[in-house]
Parts: sequence; structure tokens; C-alpha cells
Amino acid sequence: MRHNKRNKPYLLRSLLALSLALCAGVAFTGCKTEEEKKASDSGGAPPTTAAQPSTTPGTSSAGGDKIVVGEYGSLTGDQADFGTQTHEGIQLAVDETNAAGGIERDGKKYQIQLEKEDDQSKPALAETAVKRLIDEKNVTAILGEVASSNSLAGGKVCQEKGVPMISPSSTNIAVTKLGDYIFRICFLDSYQAAVVARFAHDVLKANRVAIFTNKGQAYSVGFSDEFKKAFTRYGGQVVASATYSDTDQDFRSPLTALKQANPDAILVPGYYKDAGTIARQARELNYTKPLLGGDGWSAPNLITIGGDGVNGCYFSDHMSIKDPKPVVQNFVKAYTAKYSKAPTSMAALGYDAAKIMFASIKAAKTLDKKDIRDAIAATKNFDGVTGNISINSDRNADKSAVIIKVVNKDFEYATTVPDPEKPLSQ
Amino acid sequence: MTNALQIFIQQFINGVQTGSIYALIAIGYTMVYGVLKFINFAHGDVYMVGAFVGFFAINGMLAAFPHLSPLAQNINALILCMLGCALLGAFIERLAYRPLRNALGEQDAWPWALFWALYVGLFVGPIVEQHSPLNSVGAFLIVTVIAFAALVPVLRIAFRAIGTRLKPSHSRLTALITAIGISLLLENQGQAVFGATPRQYPDQNLKTFTFDLGKIELTVTSGRLIILVAAIILTLLLIYIVRYTRIGKAIRAVSYDPEAAALMGIPTDRIIALTFIIGSSLAGAAGFLNHNLGQLSFKADVGIQLGLKAFVAAVLGGIGSIEGAVLGAMLMGLAESYVAGSALGSFKNAIAFVILIAVLLFRPSGLLGRNVTEKV
Repeated sequence: MRHNKRNKPYLLRSLLALSLALCAGVAFTGCKTEEEKKASDSGGAPPTTAAQPSTTPGTSSAGGDKIVVGEYGSLTGDQADFGTQTHEGIQLAVDETNAAGGIERDGKKYQIQLEKEDDQSKPALAETAVKRLIDEKNVTAILGEVASSNSLAGGKVCQEKGVPMISPSSTNIAVTKLGDYIFRICFLDSYQAAVVARFAHDVLKANRVAIFTNKGQAYSVGFSDEFKKAFTRYGGQVVASATYSDTDQDFRSPLTALKQANPDAILVPGYYKDAGTIARQARELNYTKPLLGGDGWSAPNLITIGGDGVNGCYFSDHMSIKDPKPVVQNFVKAYTAKYSKAPTSMAALGYDAAKIMFASIKAAKTLDKKDIRDAIAATKNFDGVTGNISINSDRNADKSAVIIKVVNKDFEYATTVPDPEKPLSQ
Repeated sequence: MTNALQIFIQQFINGVQTGSIYALIAIGYTMVYGVLKFINFAHGDVYMVGAFVGFFAINGMLAAFPHLSPLAQNINALILCMLGCALLGAFIERLAYRPLRNALGEQDAWPWALFWALYVGLFVGPIVEQHSPLNSVGAFLIVTVIAFAALVPVLRIAFRAIGTRLKPSHSRLTALITAIGISLLLENQGQAVFGATPRQYPDQNLKTFTFDLGKIELTVTSGRLIILVAAIILTLLLIYIVRYTRIGKAIRAVSYDPEAAALMGIPTDRIIALTFIIGSSLAGAAGFLNHNLGQLSFKADVGIQLGLKAFVAAVLGGIGSIEGAVLGAMLMGLAESYVAGSALGSFKNAIAFVILIAVLLFRPSGLLGRNVTEKV
């Protein structure tokens, strides 16, 4: 049926109305503010849509020699906090090293070119990101990832293609078991979970704990298993357990069941997005005892998502930025100067991983990937922001964990547990 | 024993809360099916858009009108949200579903011109922004308007020419695939525009009410209570409209027999658009309420799971029946709640589909559905 002749006035009128409305909108909101004009005058880059992977050529002197280092991370997605902070730490290390002349070896100075790829917090995309870095960008070595599931996916490719990879913060044991080209500079979940177990048992006097695991994340499943083993060994009892998956938003039903068992604390070894929501909903159900977590909690968005629910909760972490050691405070100063915000432990781990990578490239016999791999394996007593780092024979690092307490929507340092097998004096 | 009773009642409360959100979305599915015999798979993504519109609305309110009371801000944001989603639903219907029912022609030029003009604005906007005193919003708007004005006459000529060779498509499969396409479009475009990082509504300072009935302790949050009350009000409003107003009668007429309704002078296309408007505004309200008062974080793919479960709820209760949608949604919410809190917790997403299959085996048209026999 044709309605053209009858609807013509309608069409014209609505078109006119639409255009007028839009013009009014532009007039009121459409012109640049002073700051935006300054930004565009100084040649700001056009904004890119978030889903596209982007590359950042590092600083390079005209005609200088370059070493290309790849980085894959969760720059967007559920663990975006971790990915962006790790990247900021790595970028700071790159800029510092390049500013000091780059990596010097055999009389030549090499500038570092950092190529980054976003995997949107998804393991499948982590695999393609690493493939792209190796095949298209021809990287010498790779830094990444944070989430163990993503490191497992990306590390598989690195091991196959013989490219050395350092994970700054993947704590699941399976990551370095992928092969001899895969390293990590952080502690393992077996250690971290034991630390939390010891703290809960000795300091919080919690004898009955419930565990709420994210069954879709290797990190969470591994952490839960290790915690259960350690906690039982120290004399505690796991009274209830429940699972959730990544896509879940409503945790009230399993939380009701866990609360019913009357635990002294609930362990939630997931990432900050779930942990925040779970803490909030636990408080809604009137569960007032502390929630416990691991380094997956260590992000500012934990507070945004969890609100007041996370107050009084504890989690293990790699370091505290309030640590007065000079190497930590120098890093905090440099990071704050560059990014106008405080760093997190993920940023510090990214920084340390990058610095260890550059030190290994410098100390390697040749620029061959195999020699760089050997140099990384030989790292001993590296004075890092996150502690003294030595790579052991399993390609893991032996380091201490700290316990952070959330107080008034802020992270406070609680204590350090150097050896969880020894009872704490409190 | 009181322990078991406490869990039973608490999980019942949790289940009803979950069910109320499913109900708001399921109503949209069921109404569109009733009127068009078509499953609008993009409906879950309208919920997602509602969550985002509400997010920007409430943050905008807080920034622009901080002196308003939280209640006023929330109500304003809710209204904006429902309006935005109503427009989106009507636009999708006009853009993708109507040209299938009534063959593509001149009348579809402006929706498609607007659709493509938005993309032109998205891509060309940043370039214009750099070389002009406009900011990103202004550049986007100007480019979109110009592209729209340019595309409308072009498309009118093009569609007039194409339309003469086309017949309306009554194929259910075509409509279904179109709906899936729109769903994927909304999800992926949403992710491209809004990014993949989870968003959180600002803190609403909700209170938790604890009811101590002797040995049983039950908790409800004020936010969840408001959601339940709002869902009840909206559903009752809808049932009133459909049962006791003229326009509701028109909707029911079109759902019984569209051709007869048209012969009786009912403007079927407009009634169909109205159905989409009603359904989408409810989904938008659900998106805003669930994430604002339930304080849940979300990103562009939040509509997938929820949409699927709400669709199952609508089918369970009898697709085409509004009361059925509500019943099905409540059943699903309760089932999910009891299973999630039990030892079989990891099957909580599967239980919905198990119940669906079981019910359909014995009552193929759903619990409250009409058994329509085909006359050969």
C-alpha cells in the first residue's frame, strides 16, 4: 500500500523538527570548551573505538637501532583495571630506559619499541593477540598476561614459537608449566592462598570458612584448592562451598546458602568485579563478617563496584604502595608524575617485569631468543619495586605477600606473612 | 528445622526478586509474539540499552541537577530510560521488521537513512571534530543531520525502484534471522561505543531490612523491594491498558486476527509499533531498575543471558499471554534461586531449560497458553 501522498507533509514536518532539534542541541552542547580546543590545537590523535586493537610505537631516535618488545593485556573488558595498570607500569619502564639511552650492549644502544595488543580479558583473544605480536610485529620477547586463563592461552603460543614470555602477575601454577620459555616474576597461588589461610586462622581467629569460587577462572579454582589444603593443615575447617560463573550477577542465592553454615569468613578468590558485587550482596543479606580474597581484588574498581560492602575485608597482594622503602617510593613518585594517580601492585609488577626483561636482554649472550630466555632464567636478586626477585628452577619467583585491609573505602597495609607454614605470633 | 525454613523463605524472597526482572522483560517478548507471531530476539538488548541510557541519565542528573532529591533524580532517569528504549524499540520495528511485512518501499527510506547517517556520523564525526570548533557530540550531530538529509531523497528513489520488484515476506524464518541480526548489531555496536569495561551505577545508599521472626531471620534490601513494587505496578498498569482500554482492545484484536482487525478499521501498523513501544519501555525500565537499585555492574553483553532466560520464561508461561509471562518468570526466578542455593549450584542456568522442556512435553503451548489447533 502506498501512503506517500498522504504522509508527505508528515515526513517533511518531522524532518524539519528533527533538524531543528539537533541544531538546537549542537548550539547548546556542541562547541568545544577551552580545554578541548587546546587539546585539539596541539594535535590530539583522533579517538579510536575501544574494540580496535591499537599499537603504540615507543620512542625511537631517528635511525637508531630498535628492539621490539610485545605486550598483550586486558586493556578492556572485565579485568581492564589490571590490564591498563600493568601497561602503565610497563610503559613507565620503557620510557625510563629509553630516556637513559636505551638498552646498551656490545657498544650499541637499542631503543625499546613497545607493541601492545588488547585481548579484552578473553583467553581466545589472548591467543590471537600473541599470534599477531609474533607473526606480524616480529617481537623479540613478550610481556603478559595478568589473568592466568589468558596467560595459559597466550603462553601456549609463545612456547610453541620459542618466544620468551614473562608474566608479571599470573599466579596459577599451570602457567610456567607450559614450557621453558614461560616465566613469571610473582608468587604462586599455592603460596598466596597459604598466606591468606594463615592470616585468617591466626589473626582473624577464623576456624570455619566458606569458599565461593569462580569456576570459570583458572586463578579462582586453583586458589580455592590451595586455600582448602593449607587451611585444613593449619587446623581450620572449610564448612561450605559454592561456585559461580563469569556471567553471573546475582549471587544472593548461593550467598544465602553459605551464610546458613555460619562461617567466620567467606573466601572469594575471584577478580575485583565479582568480588565487589559479592561483597555488596553479602552485606545486603546481613552477613557482617569479613570476606577474604587474593591479589585479584587489588584494583581501585573494587571500591567502585563494592562500595561500602568491601569495608572490613582482607586480601593478599604483592606489595603495598605505602611501603617506605626507597625503591617503592621512587616508583610511586615517578608513576604519579606521569599518570597523575597512584600506582597499584599490578602497575608495579608490570614495571618490574619490564625492567627484568630489559636487564636480561642486556645481559644475554646474543639477541637470539634462546639466549634471552637463558638470561631471564639466570635472574638473581633483582631489586624490584615488588621485592627481591630471583627466578628459581621452576621459572617462578620466590617473594613475600602482604595482607591489605579495606578500611573506609581505602586500602591499608595490614601485615606481611613471610612464611605461612610458621604460626603467626598474634 | 528452623534453619531449613529460614533458607526456604529467604530463597523464596530472592527468587521473587529475580523473577520480577524476568517478568518485565518477558512481557515484551510475549506481547510482540501475541501481536506478530514473531520472537523479537533483540529484546534482551533493549534491556541492555536501557541500563546504559539510565547510567548516563543518572550521572547526567547528578552532575547537572545535584540539588534534586535522590527520588526525583531516579524517577527522572527512569522516565528518560523508558522513553529512550521506547523510541529504540519503535525504531527497530520501523527499520527492520516492518519492511519484511509490507514490502520495502519509499516509506522505509527515512529509517534507513537515519540508521546509515548515524554510522556516517560515527566515522566522519571525529574528523570533523578535529578541524572545527565543535566538540565530539556537536560534530557527530551535525554530520549525522547532513548525512540524513542527503540520504533520504537518495534512498526514496532507490527503494521505490527496488520495491516494485518485491513482495512482502511472510516467512517466519526471515523475521527471526532479522531479529538475531539486530540483536548482534546492538551488542557489538554497544561494545564498540561503550567499551568492554563493566560500568557501575552510583551508590544509592540503600538500606537492608532485617526481619527477625523469632528464630528466622530474613533480609531484603530497600532497592530490591522498590524493584518488586515497580514491577508489580508496571505489570498491573499494562494489564489494565490491555484489558480495559480501547487501545488495549485494538491490540488484542490485532493479536487474534490482523486481517480482520484491519478490515474493522484498526491501523495495524500503528498498533504493532505501539506494542513494541510498550514492550521496549518495560525492558528499559527493567534495565535501569535492576542495575541501579540492584547495584549490579554491567557491560554491553548483559542482555544475552537475561534475554534468553526471559524468553524461556515467556514460553514457559504460554507465549502470547501476559499473565503467563509473569507466571513463567516467577517460576524461573524461584527455580533458579532454589537450585543456586543448593548443592547443585552450578546447574542454576541449566535448570531453567530443563523445566522448559519438561513443561513443553506435557503442555506444548505453555502453562497458560491457548491451545491453537490448525484448521486444515
